[in-house]
Amino acid sequence: MNQTLGALARFANPAELIEAAQKIRDAGYKKFDCHSPFPIHGMDDAMGLKRSPLGFIVGAATLTGATVGMSLQYWVAAVDYPLVISGKPFFSWQAFIIVTFALFVLFGAFGAVFGMLHLNRLPRLHHPVFYSDKFAKVTDDAFYVSIEAEDELFDEQKIQNFLSSIGGSDIELVAGE
Amino acid sequence: MSILNKHPQRDSAATEAIGGQELLVTGGHSFSTLTDKVSGIVETKTPPKWYLLFVMAVSGMMVLLGSIGWLVWEGTGVWGLNNPVGWGWAIVNFVFWVGIGHAGTLISAILFLLRQQWRTAINRFAEAMTIFAVISALVFPGIHIGRVWLAYYMFPVPNQMLVWPNFRSPLLWDIFAVGTYFTVSTLFWYVGLIPDLATLRDRATKVRKKVLGFFALGWRGGNRQWQHYEKAYLMLAGLATPLVLSVHSVVATDFATSMVPGWHTTIFPPYFVAGAVFSGFGMVMTLAIIARKIYGLEDIITINHLEKMNKIILVTGSMVGYAYMTEFFIAWYSGNDFEVFAFVNRAFGPYAWAYWIMFLCNVITPQIFWFKKLRRSIPVMFVASIFVNIGMWFERFVITVTSLSRDYLPSSWDYYSPSIWDILTFVGSFGLFFTFFLLFLRFLPMVALSEVKGVLPEADPHHYHHHKGGAK
Repeated sequence: MNQTLGALARFANPAELIEAAQKIRDAGYKKFDCHSPFPIHGMDDAMGLKRSPLGFIVGAATLTGATVGMSLQYWVAAVDYPLVISGKPFFSWQAFIIVTFALFVLFGAFGAVFGMLHLNRLPRLHHPVFYSDKFAKVTDDAFYVSIEAEDELFDEQKIQNFLSSIGGSDIELVAGE
Repeated sequence: MSILNKHPQRDSAATEAIGGQELLVTGGHSFSTLTDKVSGIVETKTPPKWYLLFVMAVSGMMVLLGSIGWLVWEGTGVWGLNNPVGWGWAIVNFVFWVGIGHAGTLISAILFLLRQQWRTAINRFAEAMTIFAVISALVFPGIHIGRVWLAYYMFPVPNQMLVWPNFRSPLLWDIFAVGTYFTVSTLFWYVGLIPDLATLRDRATKVRKKVLGFFALGWRGGNRQWQHYEKAYLMLAGLATPLVLSVHSVVATDFATSMVPGWHTTIFPPYFVAGAVFSGFGMVMTLAIIARKIYGLEDIITINHLEKMNKIILVTGSMVGYAYMTEFFIAWYSGNDFEVFAFVNRAFGPYAWAYWIMFLCNVITPQIFWFKKLRRSIPVMFVASIFVNIGMWFERFVITVTSLSRDYLPSSWDYYSPSIWDILTFVGSFGLFFTFFLLFLRFLPMVALSEVKGVLPEADPHHYHHHKGGAK
């Protein structure tokens, strides 16, 4: 049994998409998104999005990496098998900074990529917007708004009028299982 | 304005909108013509020329594998190494290839942080070049140890001797620095590819759509995704910037921490980094000139882009030249006889021929780019970029071999010449590099589409307000 999962509307250009985002936000919708072939400057504010928390994820990842790096070298060189090399102390931390830094960056990069994928709930190969054939143009040159049916204000009858009143075209209801 | 006036109205409007600045993309492209142009390259039938080049590249790769096979079978005696010169072409080639990679990261990370929007036209394939150059580089530390089946000694893995690698050694730092560099470059490149893979996915059908869809991870281009995506890109750029500066610095410490005259000097890390960027831009230039010609990308990689790259070549080449002279000054100023000898020997000893090839290619060649006419001449810059590649290979040869062949004791001096296997291994590494690069050109978008669209004047919401006479 097919049910309505959301609504799509197309807008002509980035400026109209931003205006639409402001109006949808002001109308009180929460579960909507603005799709574009490239990121649009000013869209976060227009949609009323909070800052991305990715920085905290990356920060935690880098600190983990640095801790792992320094403790690995400490354990290897000073605890598990201490060897005197060139008369240097077992725990020659100055020489260990390089590898510590490398792992700081390595863990941070993994944190940035997998943190981003987690926040975006990707990979997700199946999504209601893909039911629309026209929507595929969004990765080329189209600008779309999508409003999910799960939104509290979503009403199948009213949504189409609302989207056309804010300047949307090619309005369609997306239905699927 | 010297823009191509195919669509005079569009162009003049666009120019006005960004305050008379030069256009990054010429030829009056819209979002969808850019998509068609770049996606078309990988969607149309494979051109016969590509097969020809691919066969050549794969043959080169076979030469590399054959040479490695013989090395493993027979031992490092097949190379030209001798008693004082225990570091030969393997190290020279390693440093050469790692250095080339640096331009890609500079373009993708440092120019991103500096908000240099022209980078968008070249960053994708410069990053690809980085990854493949680092792969070519990593072959050499893997094989130069002679007994390749013991390569795992380089990593901190528990082994039968219960002993661990020596973390006080720059050679081990190298493993971590270059390994991290490869991983981070690949992640950065893949993140950049996601929206473009989605573009290709949405144009494809059947199996191709499924494969591309898998790698595009379900990208929908929603701003809720772009928000985290852009943050991740910024974070990666911020992490990659100190990383790229540290990688060649660490490579430099392989030399600088040893007590060999000509190596034991504090200028090495910054001097190596400048040289790496210089050589990398040489390679980007060579590849960009060929690729834009073959694939007709003159509107996206414009002459202005090439001119900007030539300016970077001029700056970094001059830094390298300055470092050469500083080395001589410090050798004299140190009052150390061995250090003075090492440098006089470099310029006037048995390897003087290599030194002066290096000097001409690296110091003199880039100076032609003081002249605007030469900076904007494609034949001139193509030849110059080849010279830069040659010169930077010779720099590593001069540093490695001249210092070792004549150190403290004249009784232990010897002259080093490569064997045929050294030469075949090096030639073969180009085969490996170009095999990967050609596969990349064939199957992935070589221009970062979503980023190039983002720098078109039409991508800026203010562009439209302007045309409505400021009305909102």
